[in-house]
Amino acid sequence: MRPARDIEALRERLKAMETDGCPTDDARFDLGHAEADRHLGGLAIHALHEIYAATTPDATAALGFALGLVQRAAGDRPVVWGVQAMAGLETGQIHGPGLRELGLDPGRIVLVRVKETKDLLAAGEEALSCGAVGAVLLTAWGESKVLSLTATRRLSMAAGQGRATAILIRLAAQPQPSAAETRWRVRGALSRALEAEAPGHPTYAVELLRHRLGAQPNAWIMEWDRERGVFEQGGRNAEHQQSQRPALPGGLVSPAADGSAAARGGAVRRYG
Amino acid sequence: MLVEKVKGALRLAAANASALALGLSPGMTLADARARAPDIRVVTHRPEADAALLKRVLLDFGRFTPMAATDGPDGLSLDVTGCAHLFGGEDGLVRAVAARAGGVGLAVRLAMAGTPEAARALARFGRGGIHEGDGQSQALRRLPVAALELSDKETQALSRAGLKTLAHLADRPTAPIAARFGAAAATRLNRVLGREDARIRPERPVPLISVDRILVEPITETSDVEAVIDDLLIEVMDRLDLRGQGGRAFQAGFFRLDGEVRHITVRTGRPTRDAAAVLRLFRERLASLARPLDPGFGFDQLRLSVPVADRLASQQRGFERTPPGAEDLGRLVDRLTARLGPEAVSRFQPVASHRPERAVRLIPAALAPAAVAPGEDGEWPDPDPADPPLRPLQMFDPPQLVLATAEVPDHPPNRFIWRRVDHRLVRVEGPERIAPEWWRTLKRPLEPTRDYYRVEDQEGRRFWLFRSGFYGEEPAPRWFVHGVFA
Repeated sequence: MRPARDIEALRERLKAMETDGCPTDDARFDLGHAEADRHLGGLAIHALHEIYAATTPDATAALGFALGLVQRAAGDRPVVWGVQAMAGLETGQIHGPGLRELGLDPGRIVLVRVKETKDLLAAGEEALSCGAVGAVLLTAWGESKVLSLTATRRLSMAAGQGRATAILIRLAAQPQPSAAETRWRVRGALSRALEAEAPGHPTYAVELLRHRLGAQPNAWIMEWDRERGVFEQGGRNAEHQQSQRPALPGGLVSPAADGSAAARGGAVRRYG
Repeated sequence: MLVEKVKGALRLAAANASALALGLSPGMTLADARARAPDIRVVTHRPEADAALLKRVLLDFGRFTPMAATDGPDGLSLDVTGCAHLFGGEDGLVRAVAARAGGVGLAVRLAMAGTPEAARALARFGRGGIHEGDGQSQALRRLPVAALELSDKETQALSRAGLKTLAHLADRPTAPIAARFGAAAATRLNRVLGREDARIRPERPVPLISVDRILVEPITETSDVEAVIDDLLIEVMDRLDLRGQGGRAFQAGFFRLDGEVRHITVRTGRPTRDAAAVLRLFRERLASLARPLDPGFGFDQLRLSVPVADRLASQQRGFERTPPGAEDLGRLVDRLTARLGPEAVSRFQPVASHRPERAVRLIPAALAPAAVAPGEDGEWPDPDPADPPLRPLQMFDPPQLVLATAEVPDHPPNRFIWRRVDHRLVRVEGPERIAPEWWRTLKRPLEPTRDYYRVEDQEGRRFWLFRSGFYGEEPAPRWFVHGVFA
């Protein structure tokens, strides 16, 4: 195992050089999801994390996951959320009460609506480096040349400088190389049904695509617990769910209470 | 020569000096005028273009004084109290105004007197020029009674009574004049004679503080412009400091050599006297203008004014007591607002309404400092710990029409087609019935009641659907997707 440790040491040295002598800080946060935390060993707080919506209809799931990360990373500090107009038109406008339902006080959020990607980046950089905000969320729509390696690098530098968490949410875009600390792909996942087969708590199928410090790509199903503010091992594998349960028969309530109870104790499946 | 159509006949609306010399006068029909002088040049009169030109000239003449107003469709009045010394005395000021007007190609007659009405009368019915003290009353007394600009009938009546000039009226007691020709005539006389003073109403509200810099050499470079603004800002901040105030809005006026004027305003969320911060805001604003600042041949005057100011303690000590970061967040909001506009930077405010689309509104963040507690109108509802989110994270406005099917009418849907994708639903909860706010829609036809369902499709996406209206009623119910849950 010696070579591995050497590589690790070299990585550390490289990292120190990359940040141009700025003191790197080791502040990290975890997700509350036991398995993922073991795998990741925590995520850097003052860094850029990138989240891709797997498909356009999964945009809301990607936002939900991002808001979970924000609450884990930034505590009660103010949040600036930059949204590109096109994203709002295609996937819906952010709804204040919906934020509250995910455990985030809408009063903490300063919403910045822009048209162009370059304005989004400029606003994000400004907010990150000013030192007054805990996290900056940026929702970018579509593929864009402006969102280059350099641009993401500037964001992550600004995050380190202003000691804030940067989260870039990419909708309608394919994963691309960037300077992000981690890159994720998120889609909605079937929730654990509540009583009377009602849709349950927010559940995401989360895929780790890249981790700069070398954690292997992996996938989990995570359920957001608003009351405790943690991600939990949740949901069930979508295929499993489908094979077990047909689509709703008409308007009748299907006998599901036992199924969901079994799922609660069920083992977590890897996804993807 | 300008003509306009009056009651079906083309009549002269205005004529220049040479036409007047030929004996033509406004009001004459065009045919008549052509008969007297066949080779006159005739242009259609466009009053709105005149008004636009006058407006531009007014803006430009704002360089002489902030108290400038239009005077009828063809005149300007400037209140130059305390401004003349900037242009080398009253003579210098009048010369500067004349040069400026000549440069734009206007034929003008200027008069300066103690009151606006006196100056107007001297300019329009006398010879113009600068008048004060005895000279002014002498000049005014020589004016014809027409200078009072009463109605034709009254003017005629005055002439018939043998009162030809203002001197005839000035020496008489006012009361009989008021009794015979109305109180308006008496007031008018007093004002024209300078016995009574009425302020002019400036076109732009007069700012609290205004600082000017007249440049000998016009400037075009952005860096020069910024340097001048910086200088002016420092001066303005000193004055604000003396007043114990901080500016909430700062306006820079750019006077271009050729008469174009551009005003640019930046606003701050809280009162400030920080020149560097405001300069940064101006820089942001100038860089992001939709129509960039065009210096043309250069700016020869810059003005910085403070239209809005609030109390701000003289010394900024004691910031330690405010929560750390609050000040910085306010500044960040100011900077973003300056660059992107007030609508682009906003905060959520709850509204007490059960209509989901009305339950929240966005207010410009610059108006709502972090310190202001939200909830004047409403409060964010506290979700029940056991419940999953009952309101979606993202909402469509307006709701999007979908094709949904339910096996039995009035039952929850089991599938719906939206954006050409078929969503088969595996979980459904509802309905949550939300009635329209009839008291808000008294004038319009009442919207149908909505039955909302929380649904989840086989891919694990959660939607908020509603059925508008009931089965068996007219119009037939329709299904919409209103939002998406995380």
